[in-house]
Amino acid sequence: MASQAPIVIVGAGQAGVQIAESLRQEGYGDELLLIGNEAHPPYQRPPLSKKWLLEPGAYSALALRGAEALLRRRIELKLDTEVIAIDRAASQLQLADGERLDYSKLALATGASARALPVPGAALGQVLSLRSIGDSAAISAAIRRCAAAGRPVVVIGGGFIGLEVAASARKLGAAVTVLEGLPRLMSRVTAPIVSEAFERVHRAHGVELLFGAQVTRLLGGADGVGAVCTADGREHAAGCVIVGIGVVPDDRLAAAAGLACDRGILVDDCARTSDESIVAAGDCTARRLADGRLLRLESVQNAVEQAKSAAAALLGRERPFVAAPWFWSDQYDIKLQMVGLSHGYDQVVTRGDLQKPAFSAFYFRAGRLIAVDSLSRVQDHMQSKRLLDHGLSPTPEQAADPLFELQSLLKQARLATADGA
Amino acid sequence: MPRVRYIEPGGRERTLELDVGSSVMRGAVDAGIDGIEAQCGGNCACATCHCYVQPPWLDKLVPASDDERLMLTNVAAERRPNSRLSCQLTVSPALDGLTVQFPERQS
Repeated sequence: MASQAPIVIVGAGQAGVQIAESLRQEGYGDELLLIGNEAHPPYQRPPLSKKWLLEPGAYSALALRGAEALLRRRIELKLDTEVIAIDRAASQLQLADGERLDYSKLALATGASARALPVPGAALGQVLSLRSIGDSAAISAAIRRCAAAGRPVVVIGGGFIGLEVAASARKLGAAVTVLEGLPRLMSRVTAPIVSEAFERVHRAHGVELLFGAQVTRLLGGADGVGAVCTADGREHAAGCVIVGIGVVPDDRLAAAAGLACDRGILVDDCARTSDESIVAAGDCTARRLADGRLLRLESVQNAVEQAKSAAAALLGRERPFVAAPWFWSDQYDIKLQMVGLSHGYDQVVTRGDLQKPAFSAFYFRAGRLIAVDSLSRVQDHMQSKRLLDHGLSPTPEQAADPLFELQSLLKQARLATADGA
Repeated sequence: MPRVRYIEPGGRERTLELDVGSSVMRGAVDAGIDGIEAQCGGNCACATCHCYVQPPWLDKLVPASDDERLMLTNVAAERRPNSRLSCQLTVSPALDGLTVQFPERQS
């Protein structure tokens, strides 16, 4: 009977949907079941910290794929369903309602959860974090209430989510304080020169930024949280608190089933786990690189590309994910686009206008380009992405020279036509 | 409702009736047209909803913004004079019959 069981995908987010779609595109013709633990059909998460906060709208505008798309591809969707265990010996899933489901092969796309604030008072009302549509709606409402009541919004964490929420809260008219534990914004992923540009922009928009701020406890107020205490003895008044201190990969199911995990389900470049009939993709994974390092990426591209690898692997094919990672973030009118991994850089050069800001930071290691962050420099981003995907590198001098055309390197490699198209 | 005709990479065609104000990308994604990824969901940040606008429609479209034009400089498939990002094409009554073709690859 096992050969007639469906391929089951646990997790109906960006990665889960893409695994299902790619399986069909790769010619898989048998049954396919996509299980999600939320009530909504698959939706996009990136807008939840951006324009959705400003104008929460109809669910349909966030839908990753329409119902017709799933029907057309014969992807069966089972929502509101919690998988509580994987029985690898029996090739079965145990559901919270007691049902057991057979699978022929299994894909895990369980995503990640917002990291909880480990201090007293974190469970007070109006202490919110962002992961789902419901979270976004609650944050949007809380910010509006703060704006109307003249109460400050306190954001804990100066990373992507925290800063996008801060920018949205300012647009909604609320006073905003960002508490960052480290000495600068987005320090885990960007060079100081990029952090400084965002620092200036947020301050110019009226955001209070505090660095080295160690949150020690949250105090209750009239309804829910009233203040955030930091180790320097200060109390920061708060009408609501938004916690954006990163995510924790949801690898519990996999770990409990004995799959190799290390703060994420361990996968290779082809999205294969330590069990040959199970693949994993997206935020729930930690990918082993050729040099032995573990890479944990939380991005749409990572979800989509790992999912394509995972679908291929389920069908016995190798489709390694080798493209340069990229991310984007919208804060005010700045379009931040990042490509490559800057970790371990030894030189940064810039091109463009640092004050505006509209510039790109080029990261080099031993003279080779490894990553580029572009602030409202779309062309730099697109060209750099192509360069990195094809292992091409300008010299640091060329990258810093505004008159040097990056496109010329692509032309030399015959990756672009003479007219720049 | 305006109709948009989609040509998938394999050559199969489908025509959809779309709401005015919706995007050509949204229509394709909702209906499960092959050949589109739309990774960024319509933010003009990823260039994975690249399409070729078929004659005579190119001239009837609102011209590409600077961002779109720059994104198009390095799309994964061949860039052609009629290349556009479908997330930036808004459906309107004047575009009834618009025909777009998706390329072999988006990323």
